Amino acid sequence: MAKADERGGGMPLSRTEILVRVGLLSLGCFLVLMPVAWTILTSLKTAQQTLAVPPVWIFPPQWSNYPEVLQLVPFQNYALNTAIVVSGVVIGTLLSCSFSAYGFARLRAPGRNVIFGVLMATMMLPSTVTLVPTYIAFNKIGWLNTFLPLIIPAFFGSAFFIFMFRQFYLSIPKELEEAARIDGAGYFRIWWSIFLPLSMPVIATVTVFTFVGTYNDFFGPLIYLTDESKWTISVALSTFGGSPRIGPQLHMLTAATMIAAAPSIIVFLLAQRYYVNGISVAGVNK
Amino acid sequence: MATTSTTAVARTTRQGRRKLSGLRRREALWCYVFMAPAVLGVLVFAIGPMIASLWLSFTSYDMLSSPEFIGLKNYTKLFADKLFLKSLSVTMLYAVVVVPGTMLMGLVVAILLNAKIPAMGFFRSAYYLPSVIGGVAVARVWAMLYNTDHGLFNIILGWFGIDGPAWLSDERWALWSLIFMGIWGFGGTMLIYLAGLQGIPKELYEAASVDGASKFRQQIHITVPMLSNVTFFNLVMGIIGALQVFAEPFVLTNGTGNPNNSTLLLPLYLYRVAFSYLEMGYASAIAWAVFAITLVLTALVFRSLPLWVHTEAGED
Repeated sequence: MAKADERGGGMPLSRTEILVRVGLLSLGCFLVLMPVAWTILTSLKTAQQTLAVPPVWIFPPQWSNYPEVLQLVPFQNYALNTAIVVSGVVIGTLLSCSFSAYGFARLRAPGRNVIFGVLMATMMLPSTVTLVPTYIAFNKIGWLNTFLPLIIPAFFGSAFFIFMFRQFYLSIPKELEEAARIDGAGYFRIWWSIFLPLSMPVIATVTVFTFVGTYNDFFGPLIYLTDESKWTISVALSTFGGSPRIGPQLHMLTAATMIAAAPSIIVFLLAQRYYVNGISVAGVNK
Repeated sequence: MATTSTTAVARTTRQGRRKLSGLRRREALWCYVFMAPAVLGVLVFAIGPMIASLWLSFTSYDMLSSPEFIGLKNYTKLFADKLFLKSLSVTMLYAVVVVPGTMLMGLVVAILLNAKIPAMGFFRSAYYLPSVIGGVAVARVWAMLYNTDHGLFNIILGWFGIDGPAWLSDERWALWSLIFMGIWGFGGTMLIYLAGLQGIPKELYEAASVDGASKFRQQIHITVPMLSNVTFFNLVMGIIGALQVFAEPFVLTNGTGNPNNSTLLLPLYLYRVAFSYLEMGYASAIAWAVFAITLVLTALVFRSLPLWVHTEAGED
């Protein structure tokens, strides 16, 4: 992003123009964040206040809504399930994608480029096409209602992340590898002890992307995790509206929503730099 | 003596070459080892299921008895299935509004952001924030905003004396509710446009300024054409994404796609056919129809490329 500052955004701007831009951006920002702000506001009201017409804007925040909603549902259980799935997918994705990317970036073999092309083409494949047979297969081998259908595929790579690792590996100088080879290191060692540690920026980007994507995933957990004790946070949250324990109590529902949304928001805010980099790579390299 | 040395040299080079090809072979072998997870992944989770689902789409299969081959019946059924046709038109309207809407919002905000703006990092994150919130939470947030009596939208409309509609239960507004919600996630498109904008050489604008072009004309005649390849990327990804929206309508309508199926996006209908009716063969046919539509739309975008994508050569 340092590049952005150097280029100064293409056009030299006058003071007034910057003021106009900041004004417009602030207005837009207010509108975009309003839904979230309204949700937070509602989550701190009492049950009566949520229904007041006209709405109350200033009131003593009722923080106790948050611990209370955690009592209403087995939230710890959902959180633990989610943690298992997310960590499994993150580890699987990092290992498989960096491993395969090393082959695509640094080793030569007949057919490598064709394989890479086919792999990249799978990015365009809508998941709905593979959905039914995949579900049937996981059902046949008895993996329904386990975390395995959600975790195991991550250990077999993912086109976009392999692409990101490969781009990074292509930029690593050949000398590093050759020195290691002279010292007698095999390809596996070179990947594991040279390339993998060097690729920390990509690892960070892939981790935040995978974390947020898996944490937010709804369809997979919905079809594979039928038993409530196995639910992830997103599946649980989808049922709260009609749940006898939370039901239509808006202050509870909004508190639950904020708790559920918090992890991906926090991860994003902490790792913005990697996020922005990753998305820029996606757009510019295509 | 001389002959022996030449043969010795010849032998070593031949050995060298053989050794080299041995190294090459070893390298190739390892290359396959490294590529193996990805290759297996493509075979087991992409190509395999693709073939299986194509085959299933010609069968009738309820997961209890074995699949029965029925030829093209699932596909002919599609054209007579009123719910599928309704779902198709709902999805098309959704995509036709959300994809350009998202791109326009993304482009405008990216242009505003692309300058030495104070708090640039804050604005960028704020606009992207909605995109990191999961579909279920997004639906929960917006369901509350759309509430007829206590929702923020109708409260605001009330200030202007407008009696707001029953957003989610009025057939005329339910899909639009989903559409506004979809456009809220324009952050990703914005970031990609911003990265594209940063690659445009400053000199172009300077030259245009010297020629007396207004700021607005500079945006239309420099920025928009220079970003055409980024626009293409956003368009293709937007189409693929819009045809896969599931969590939001599912949560907002409890999986029904109501009122009167006006929010029954194709993935929701597919879910119903597969997991409520257990018609796996028909569900596969729907999946292939969706895939075919995606391919056709993408192909159309590709075909139209020369008409609007800027290339350096074309400009001169």
